[in-house]
Amino acid sequence: MRILDSTAVKRQAIRSGRTRRQEIRNLTAGLLFVSPWLIGFLLWTIYPVLASFYYGFTRYDVVRSPYFVGLTNYTDLVVKDTSFHIALGNTLYLVIIGVPAGVVVAFLLASILNNNIKFRPAFRAMFFLPSIVPAVASAEVWRWVYNPRYGLINSIVTSVGFRAIPWLSSPALAKPSLIIINCWAQGTAMLIFLAALQDVPRSLYDASLVDGANALQRFWHVTIPMCTPAILFVTLTSLIGTFQYFTLGWLLTEGGPKQATEFYSIYLYRNAFQYFKMGYASAMAWILFIVIVVFTVIVFRSSARWVYYGGEAQ
Amino acid sequence: MRVQQLLSDERPVDILRGKAGSVNNLAIGDWLRRLFLYVVLVVLSFAFALPLLWMISTSLKTDPQVYHIPPIWVPNPIRLMNYPEVLTQVPFGLYFLNTLRYALPSVVGVLLSSSLAAYGFAGIRWRGRDALFFIAICTMMVPFQVVMIPLYITFKHLGWLNSYKPLVIPAFFGFPYYIFLTRQFFLTIPSELSDAAWVDGCSPFMVYWRILLPLSRSVLVVVGLFEFMAAWNNYLGPLIYLNRDELYPVALALRMMRSTFVEKLAWPYLMAASTMVVLPVILIFVIAQGFLVEGIALTGIKG
Repeated sequence: MRILDSTAVKRQAIRSGRTRRQEIRNLTAGLLFVSPWLIGFLLWTIYPVLASFYYGFTRYDVVRSPYFVGLTNYTDLVVKDTSFHIALGNTLYLVIIGVPAGVVVAFLLASILNNNIKFRPAFRAMFFLPSIVPAVASAEVWRWVYNPRYGLINSIVTSVGFRAIPWLSSPALAKPSLIIINCWAQGTAMLIFLAALQDVPRSLYDASLVDGANALQRFWHVTIPMCTPAILFVTLTSLIGTFQYFTLGWLLTEGGPKQATEFYSIYLYRNAFQYFKMGYASAMAWILFIVIVVFTVIVFRSSARWVYYGGEAQ
Repeated sequence: MRVQQLLSDERPVDILRGKAGSVNNLAIGDWLRRLFLYVVLVVLSFAFALPLLWMISTSLKTDPQVYHIPPIWVPNPIRLMNYPEVLTQVPFGLYFLNTLRYALPSVVGVLLSSSLAAYGFAGIRWRGRDALFFIAICTMMVPFQVVMIPLYITFKHLGWLNSYKPLVIPAFFGFPYYIFLTRQFFLTIPSELSDAAWVDGCSPFMVYWRILLPLSRSVLVVVGLFEFMAAWNNYLGPLIYLNRDELYPVALALRMMRSTFVEKLAWPYLMAASTMVVLPVILIFVIAQGFLVEGIALTGIKG
């Protein structure tokens, strides 16, 4: 009996030794495999993030070494710099109006495609294509579409007898014009929604039919709730992207007219690479970072109330 | 499964029709609703295509045709010469090559690094793995603007400005988005396959190289295409790191052409150049549509 016990103990000891060795081997193998990313993470993320945090407290023009100025950059931004306030406001406008607009357009396109229709791949391709047009090309094309006299829209508008619409040249219309371009290029979000829509179990629709729900009720009470995880995902990614909105604004309006499209990233770029105020721009970058994190957390927190994760325990 | 559904175009649930009804149920109202659906589809897809059609149409016009009101859609005569004239007025070929000179290496880098890291995050169980993966995902929230300035200064000190190194070398360390995509795909591969190889005494690297990679061709194509298109579209990166014309990729060059073509045929030339910038991306889409759709569907799956 005792002998048996001791062999069992021994066997167990051997086994745990083996598992520990196995564990260490797994750990080294795992770390080896992720090491490219890990090193890159330290070099291209952690170091620059910390460095820009430091630069944020300095005056730095690249030529001379950084000069510590404490919180001056931050207080200047918050208290003095009206261009900064305008840029932040413009970007919030884009986030609060442009992001939901894009999500709605993408979701509607996906819902239309999700019907039993012929030539679905062709229609899907038509809706998707604009999203892969390079931003520079899309900027040139829309600059021409929005051309005040001979552009696609205004030449039709004026030939019908209406007055030309000052798309990009009016401070009031410049931001909506950019949002329209954004809604045009929603292909990726649309495909994510389409995948989510096709995952909605048929049985739910059948059940709602039995309950006598009409098409609109089914859309509102079955389709949308079942797609909320995808809506959350698209909203978050597009939120993060929109806060960094640069290329189209830079190429189409360069911040104008009257700073109506001076977005956060554009003003930051100016400070860094036109005025060479690297410290000031770094402080701006950190404020942007914090704003993005705050918005992401708010959306995530609120998601507990409106995102429905089906049967999965989340 | 879902992805296959999306590709094979199986009949989805029909919101408008509701029940898959018999022929008798196909009333006139139903038929009208279908007609309405197709009208909406055709109108919408036409609207989405308009800017690109307008681009192509303008690229084939002469000067008076451009400034005609109401607009001309199919120019007569068609001026195909705009294309060769653009190609001779600016070194467009050089700009194309420049773009390829950093796009292709970064595709290679991303393919190697992302699949390695994804295997580390999906194929092997080790302490701290999930925490580290969570961190990797969180770094997608870090805006480029935060790292842009220190990176610029570092690259300046390294003497990498006005070279493609800043655009290529980071790709060899992997980007979280691609790692995430590849990992999601690896998770769908049954673990029995790699378990069997482990039992047979294969090293983790052999399992990765011999078993997972050959099965993952589709996700690798997707990651490669995404990176190629991202490199092709990238504007801010080249804008910061490159300031010599002869190094410009098409993205920067197209912007520069605004001041090159200022007099006659400015818009036709610009639209012809734009068409040539858009064309490769559209070709990729036409060839690899299935892969792209599948890849984007994979993004939406929560891990």
